[in-house]
Amino acid sequence: MPFIPHTEEDIQAMLASIGAASVEDLFDEIPAALRADRLVSVLPALNEMAAGRLMQERAEQDGRYLNFIGAGAYEHHIPAAVWQIAGRGEFYTAYTPYQAEASQGTLQLLYEFQTMMASLTGMDISNTSLYDGASGLAEAVLMAVRAHKSARRVLVPAAVHPIWRQVADALVKNQGIALVPVPYRTGGGDTVAEALKRFEGEDFAALVIQQPNFFGVLEEVDELADWAHSQGMLVIGAVNPISLGMLKAPGQWGSKGADIAVGEGQPLGAPLSSGGPYFGFLCCKQALVRQMPGRIVGRTVDMDGKPGFCLTLQAREQHIRRAKATSNICTNQGLMATAATVHLALLGLEGLERVAAACHANTRMLVEQACLIAGVERAFPHPFFHEVVITFDIPVADVLRALEAQGILGGLDLTPWYPELGNALLVCATETKTPEDIRKFLENLERIVSRRSSGTACTRLKPGATSKW
Amino acid sequence: MLIFELSRPGRKNLAQAPAAQPEANDIPAHLRRGDKPLLPEVSEMDAVRHYTRLSQKNFSIDTHFYPLGSCTMKYNPRGAHQQAMLPQFLARHPLAPEATGQGVLACLYELQEMLKDVTGMAGVSLTPMAGAQGEFAGVAMIRAYHDSRNDAARTEMLVPDAAHGTNPASAVMCGYTVREIPTDRDGNVDLEALRAAVGPQTAGLMLTNPSTLGVFEKNIREIQQIVHRAGGLSYYDGANLNAILGRVKPGDMGFDVIHVNLHKTFSTPHGGGGPGSGPVGVSERLLPFLPIPVVAFESGRYRLVTEKDLPQSIGRLSGFMGNTGILLRAYSYARILGAEGMRRVADFATLNANYLMAELGEAGFDIAFPERRASHEFIITLKGLKEQTGVSAMDVAKRLLDKGFHAPTTYFPMLVPECLLIEPTETESKQTLDAFVAALKEILDEAHASPELVKTAPHTMPVRRLDDVKAARELDLVWKKA
Repeated sequence: MPFIPHTEEDIQAMLASIGAASVEDLFDEIPAALRADRLVSVLPALNEMAAGRLMQERAEQDGRYLNFIGAGAYEHHIPAAVWQIAGRGEFYTAYTPYQAEASQGTLQLLYEFQTMMASLTGMDISNTSLYDGASGLAEAVLMAVRAHKSARRVLVPAAVHPIWRQVADALVKNQGIALVPVPYRTGGGDTVAEALKRFEGEDFAALVIQQPNFFGVLEEVDELADWAHSQGMLVIGAVNPISLGMLKAPGQWGSKGADIAVGEGQPLGAPLSSGGPYFGFLCCKQALVRQMPGRIVGRTVDMDGKPGFCLTLQAREQHIRRAKATSNICTNQGLMATAATVHLALLGLEGLERVAAACHANTRMLVEQACLIAGVERAFPHPFFHEVVITFDIPVADVLRALEAQGILGGLDLTPWYPELGNALLVCATETKTPEDIRKFLENLERIVSRRSSGTACTRLKPGATSKW
Repeated sequence: MLIFELSRPGRKNLAQAPAAQPEANDIPAHLRRGDKPLLPEVSEMDAVRHYTRLSQKNFSIDTHFYPLGSCTMKYNPRGAHQQAMLPQFLARHPLAPEATGQGVLACLYELQEMLKDVTGMAGVSLTPMAGAQGEFAGVAMIRAYHDSRNDAARTEMLVPDAAHGTNPASAVMCGYTVREIPTDRDGNVDLEALRAAVGPQTAGLMLTNPSTLGVFEKNIREIQQIVHRAGGLSYYDGANLNAILGRVKPGDMGFDVIHVNLHKTFSTPHGGGGPGSGPVGVSERLLPFLPIPVVAFESGRYRLVTEKDLPQSIGRLSGFMGNTGILLRAYSYARILGAEGMRRVADFATLNANYLMAELGEAGFDIAFPERRASHEFIITLKGLKEQTGVSAMDVAKRLLDKGFHAPTTYFPMLVPECLLIEPTETESKQTLDAFVAALKEILDEAHASPELVKTAPHTMPVRRLDDVKAARELDLVWKKA
C-alpha cells in the first residue's frame, strides 16, 4: 500500500482495541446513501518509477527554449545550494512555526528574511511573505484603505502590470474598493504629473507606483511619491527585488519615502515553473505595522533570558481575530521565503549588485542592437532596467512564431494587453543570457523581420553592428 | 548567531556572481540606489553551514511524528518533489506559448479531472494558492452567482462556531457579514439555530465536514437543504477531506462549492508555512464563475481558459497559474495512489485516529466526544487535569516536544476547554502511535508527581518557553547593526 505502513497484524490489533469488526465499521456514522461506490476519473496507480517516467516524458515534451520573456517572472541563475537547503526535510516538511521552541530554524530564517527584505526596500519592517506579487498588491491596497479610513479608491497606473491589476481588482472589489486607472504618457510609457492632475483634491487612499513599470520604463518615483503625499495619499511602491541592487529603494522615494513596498519575490530563488510557487513580499513603515497582513516573526527571549524567535502580533490574524482579521491569509509561502533567504545570503551585497548590473547591461545590449534592424524601434525613449518594449512594422505574433521555431521565446506580445501600442513586444535579457544567446536572438530577429517586412526585403543589420557583439 | 553577524565587509562569493559591468550611465543618478542594503557578506560555505544548522533546529515530518489536528501532516513523498523539480518544468516561463507547455498542462488537466471525481463536482479550478484563497474563491463565486441574479439582499454568510478562522475572514474579504451558528452537544451543527438563522439575507453557509471537532456531520443533507431552501448556496470546506477521500463525495451531498487543501490531502509539503494550494470545485450552476485560468482539452490540445471563454469568472487570483509546482506534486501523488490508494487514505487515516482515541481513552484521557466515531482526528480535553494539577493543555503540548513528538493542535476548536486536537494521518505506523500514547501517559504521571516539570517544559529544545508578550510589546522584527 503506497505510503501506508500497516501490516495485517497491526490492522487486526487496532480494530480489536477500537472494538470494531472492520475498517468499514468506522464509517458507520456516514449516511449509507452518501457513501460513494467508486472513483471513475482517478487514473490507475503507478509506482514511483512509472510515475517518474511519465513525468520525465511530459517534461521532455515541453523542452527547453532560449527565453527572453520577463513580464513579471524572470529567469535567473539559482545557486545549487538554494534548493538543496530549501529541499532539506527539516524545512520542506515542517509546519507553520506555531510551536516556536520546535521551530527555531524556520523562525530565525524568517527573521533574517524580514531583515533582508526591509533593508532591500528601505522600509522599517517586512512580513514573512504572501502568495505572490499580484495578490500582494491587493493586500497592499487593503492595507492602505484600512490606514486611510475614509477613501475606498486607489490610483493604479495603466503602466502597472496588467495581470496584477486584474488580480488586485478581483481580490478587493467585493469590499467596495475601486482601483482607478491613471493613463500612461503616450510615447513615453511613464506615469506623469499631467495625468495625475485631474485627481487632485479627490479622496484616494493611495497611489501605486511600479518601478520599473510593466514596460520596463523607469518612473520618476520622487515626483510621483511627493505628489501622492501632498494629496494625503499613501504611496505603494511595487518593485522588482533584483532591481533594488541598482535602483533607489522605495523607502527613499521623494522626501518621505513610500509607505508600503510590495513585489514579486520570484527573482530571488524561485524557478519559473510555469507560474509558481513564487512569493510576494510586503514591507512597510513602522506606523503601519498593525495593518500588515500575514505572519510576522519577532525576536524575544526565553524563560532563561536566551534570545529566540516567535510569531508575533498574531492578534491581527484570522486564527485569533476571525471575521475582524486584517486578512484571511493563513499561510505565507514559507518554503519560497526560505529559498529567497538562502539565495540572498549566497549572492550577498556584491552579488545582487552584479546581477542587477548584468541584467541591465544585457538588455541594453540587446535593445541597442535590435534597434539597428530596420523596422525595429524602441517604443519609449526612457531609461529602463532590464526590460524594454520594442515595436515592429509586422505583427508580433508572426515574429514570435518564427523565433519559436528556432527555439527562442522572443518576449511577450503586448498586442492583447495594450493594442494602442501597435506591434509591440516586451523583451528581457537577464544575467543568464550570454553574448552568444543575444547574438542568436538578433540574427534570427533580423532575418525574420527583413523577410516579412513589406518593401524592405533587403534590410540587414547596419554596418558595424556585429562588431559590438 | 544571525547570518548578518557572520558577515565581514568585503567578503565575496563570486561563484554566484556574474561578471562586473561598467557603470550604467544611461540611468540617471536620482533613480539609482545611493545606500547599500543590509545583505550578508559571507562565503558560500558559511551560508550553507548556517542554514543547514538552522534546519536542524526544526521539527518536521521527516524527523518527527506531527499529530497536528486539521493540518494533515502526512509523509510528503520525495518522488513527487523530484518529479516537480525536473529541469524542463522548472525552466518553463508562465507566459510561454501553450504549445511549449503541453506536458505540464496535461498533468494539470488530469489533476483537475481527478479532483472533480473525488469531490463529485462539475468543474475545478486549480488557481487558488492556499486553502484561504480557495475559500475566498468559493465565497466570491457564491456572491457572483447571487449578483448575476440581481439578488442583492443576500449579505450574510453563515459559519459554524467550530470553523477555522479563515472561514469568517474569507467571507468578510468578499464583503459579507458573518453570522455564527452554534454547535450542539454531540458536535453537530445546531439545526434549530440554523433554521432560525436562514432567510432572504442568507448568501450561504460555509461548512467543514468532518468538522474540526473530528466528527462527521450526521445531518449533512438536512443542513444543506435548509440553506438551499432559503435560497443560499452551500460551501464545503475540504480541510478535512483526508477523512473521506474516495469514500464520500461532497458533490453527492448537494454542495455547490468546495475547496481542497492539496498540502493536506494530496501530501504536498507544508514548507514551514507554505506554499499551499487550494483548488476549488463547483456544481453546474457555479461553472461560469470559476476563477481563471482553467485548463481545457480540445481537439487533442491543452489550453488555458481565460476571461474570453468565461466572461462571468470571478477573475484571476494569482499572477499566472497558481502554485503550479505544487500542483505537479499533487498530480504525482495522485498517480502513485490511484483510485484504490485514495480510498485507503481515508481508511487508514480513520483507523489510526480511532485507534489512538481508543488507546488514549484507555489511558485515562478525557475524550471530548466519546460517543462518536473519530473521523481522521479527535479531541481530548485536559480540563480535569488542569483543575487537579494546574497543568494546562499548552504545558502538555510543550512537554511532548521533550519526548520527541510535535504537539497536537492546542486550544482549537475554541469550544472545547483545554483541548488537544489530534490527527495522526494514515502514514504513521502502530508503533509510532503506541509510542505517542506512552509519552502522553508519562506526561500525565509527571503532571501529578511533579507538575513544575511539565509547566516549565520544554527542557530539551534549542530554547525554552519564549516570552511572546515581550515579542509583541517590544517589537524587534528586523536586525540592526549594534
